[in-house]
Amino acid sequence: MLTLTSSLLVRMHQHLLGGYPREACGIMIGQETYDGAQQSGKIVHDLVLVSNAWEVESEREGLRNRYLISPEDVARADREASQRGLDIIGFFHSHPDHPARPSETDREFAWPNVSFVIVSVEAGQVVDTRSWVLRDDRSAFDEEPITGS
Amino acid sequence: MSVTVRIPTPLRPYTGGKKEVSAQSGDVEGVLSALTQSYPDLRRHLFTEQGVLRSFVNVYLGDEDVRFLNGPKTPVPDGAQLSIVPSVAGGVPQ
Repeated sequence: MLTLTSSLLVRMHQHLLGGYPREACGIMIGQETYDGAQQSGKIVHDLVLVSNAWEVESEREGLRNRYLISPEDVARADREASQRGLDIIGFFHSHPDHPARPSETDREFAWPNVSFVIVSVEAGQVVDTRSWVLRDDRSAFDEEPITGS
Repeated sequence: MSVTVRIPTPLRPYTGGKKEVSAQSGDVEGVLSALTQSYPDLRRHLFTEQGVLRSFVNVYLGDEDVRFLNGPKTPVPDGAQLSIVPSVAGGVPQ
């Protein structure tokens, strides 16, 4: 279960719509919740909006079809989260004119235990928002529910 | 003769929740290899099946990306701090 308030969701959508028709992305910081020793969910406290580093690295090809969050941006978000007693709990990106489901490349370059929110944007409008978690064995993503509060 | 390795949030469940762990000093490759011997569940997330460090696993010695030093062969001196910093990539199907 991923808890994401409507105001944060609006901010996320605005950032991703601003990137359309290219992919856009960002980092979610917040807290994990536990039921005993088992992680039961995550609460998003804030978003770190980053630019798609793929644009910088590859100007000629695939701008619409790829996103990259650089290690510098992840390190910066990690420092910001730590200062606030929070952690990086996930990442988000858009799928312009494609469903909000993880692709094979998403799986190859993903990390376990954090949430991957994918927002489908079609013709400049958000049509779907879903959250996914990579399995421990990296074989697939499982969808997790998103709740507003 | 040990170094400190900072573990990023997504990998902490595989180090028992620890943010920092100790490993034997050596070069970057050696430190990471020793780390995965102590914490075997880390291995598949750091290395490919061919044993090559995954391209989105970034390793910093202090504040410096080891790619700009001597890559996997960069020496990690006793007492140094190595950080594993994830980058994330993906995208819609081609």
